[in-house]
Amino acid sequence: MAFFPHLLLATLEGLVTSAVLALTALGLSLVFGVMRVVNVAHGEFFMLGAVLAWAITTALGGHPAIGFLLALVVSPLIVGTVALVAERLVLRRLNYNPEATIVATIGMLYIIQQAALTLYGPDARPVEPPFSYRILLPWFGYSGYKLSIVAASILLLLATWFVLTRTKIGLIMRATQYDRETAQAFGIPVDRVYAGVFALGAMLAAVAAVLVVPISQAHYLMGLDPLLLSFIVVIIGGLGSLRGTVVAAVLIGLSDGIISVFFSPTLAKMIATLLVALVLVFRPQGLFGTAAR
Amino acid sequence: MNRPVTLPIYALHAAVIVLLFLLQFILPDFHHGVLARVMVLAVFAMGYNLLFGYAGLLSLGHAMFFSAGLYGAGLAVEHFGFGMLPAFGAGLVAGGLLGLVIGLLALRTSGVAFMIVTMMFAQVFYLVTLYFADWTHGDEGFVIAQPLRQIAIGSLHFDLTQPTTRYMTAFLLFSIVLIVTLFIVRSAHGRVLVAIRENEERTRMLGYDAFANKLAAVIVSAVICAAAGAAYAILFGYVGSTFASVQYSILPLLWVLLGGAATTLGPLLGTLFMYYVVDITSGFISAYLFIVGLALILLVLFFPKGILGTIRDRWLGWLP
Repeated sequence: MAFFPHLLLATLEGLVTSAVLALTALGLSLVFGVMRVVNVAHGEFFMLGAVLAWAITTALGGHPAIGFLLALVVSPLIVGTVALVAERLVLRRLNYNPEATIVATIGMLYIIQQAALTLYGPDARPVEPPFSYRILLPWFGYSGYKLSIVAASILLLLATWFVLTRTKIGLIMRATQYDRETAQAFGIPVDRVYAGVFALGAMLAAVAAVLVVPISQAHYLMGLDPLLLSFIVVIIGGLGSLRGTVVAAVLIGLSDGIISVFFSPTLAKMIATLLVALVLVFRPQGLFGTAAR
Repeated sequence: MNRPVTLPIYALHAAVIVLLFLLQFILPDFHHGVLARVMVLAVFAMGYNLLFGYAGLLSLGHAMFFSAGLYGAGLAVEHFGFGMLPAFGAGLVAGGLLGLVIGLLALRTSGVAFMIVTMMFAQVFYLVTLYFADWTHGDEGFVIAQPLRQIAIGSLHFDLTQPTTRYMTAFLLFSIVLIVTLFIVRSAHGRVLVAIRENEERTRMLGYDAFANKLAAVIVSAVICAAAGAAYAILFGYVGSTFASVQYSILPLLWVLLGGAATTLGPLLGTLFMYYVVDITSGFISAYLFIVGLALILLVLFFPKGILGTIRDRWLGWLP
């Protein structure tokens, strides 16, 4: 292939990565922004979403689209419930102390990972895409499903943005994020907002996982990479800033796609992680964030 | 504030050291081997504790310091033909240098950012061990051959593959690090670290250089952890990138939390306890990670001060 088609392919792949990453990182960003909790188990909610998608489509059989659509609804709901229970049982009792919650979410990470290993097994298993239409470009054919991931992700991001900025629920969430105690004084049930946000964050990760599982595979260790990449995105975008998160996801996704086509993926990851750690050291508010609070 | 009680502190630490020395004569083979390994890992936990317990800096990347020692020693033997003692020294130097660099960078942040930054630097270190697979053999790792693991000082000759020598080496390292830790936490520097943990701004107002003290703590912690890593490489002869993975950053945190953060003997207790819990439970269920996860959650929920921390609160206020 010539250089241009090669670059186009890398860009398309990068866009798909960006789309999935934006959803996952948005979940992490919401939880951090509103609750000030660093959820280390976020990647495991992602993994759980993918594994459940496999379980649902396999149990249902029939046309792949039916199972997939069902998984797209049911899997996030289950993951959201798991997150809700974890939040009520553990995080609330810790009073959202940043250090204690990090240790506790590390604990959750191991428990969920072990549960997946025990119940689901160590193998990577595929999920069939709901449709297998190929878009023919002049140089190569490209999976229509991959492009539909990008579309779905954009729709979901717009929906989240709409909820956050144009509805009463969003107003309540932003009030809680801005000043927890004043919000409480104005009669906002901060406690329930926290529970809802934690569940919502996990559900966003699960949706992203269901979308991506037909083109990757479900595996019990698949949570680590999305977790680290989401950290990277959230940091570059500015901790707690939603617009920054999306911009950073596109940036990281595209450069990841392009760099790993032309260089070794391990090297790409190494350099990206190092750069981001340095961003956090020298510009803690992120590249797009305003002054830290 | 309790007045420092000196005698019982020294008596207690001396008793622990004597007990560990005597245990090698009565323990059956299996537990003998376990204890040697636990003492090396407890050194790792003690290094972690110095930073997390006393200075209040929660790092999620200490695997990089352990494996800096591990690789510093291992690579020196494998590629440069170092003897065991120089290799151990190389491990310490590697850990100290890495501690200096990471300390200078990561200490510009605090709180949550510090945890994430240390985790990311550790991840970079892990990826480096994978990327330079020609040297490190990546995931597979490499074995330091048994004939190489000998120390000759003058006419004295030690075979580190012998269980007795191995136990004694681990015991020696553990004792030295325990005494050093005790000395540090009772020194002026140690008191400043605790003051920084409790209220950094006030400490700075009182005229102490918080950054210099924290940097010193990071470097000392890194060197101790590297000592554990280097000892692990020369005593047990295996060097692999698993030891640089996230899990080995979490384990010392777990051990220290369990034994009691900011207690000198807590790390040993936590490591020993966790080792046997995993060992015993793995007889019934193969859910090692589950036990680790559950232990972490239960500890932060119900037992945030750990075993020795609770004992200190209830009964023995003088425990260092």
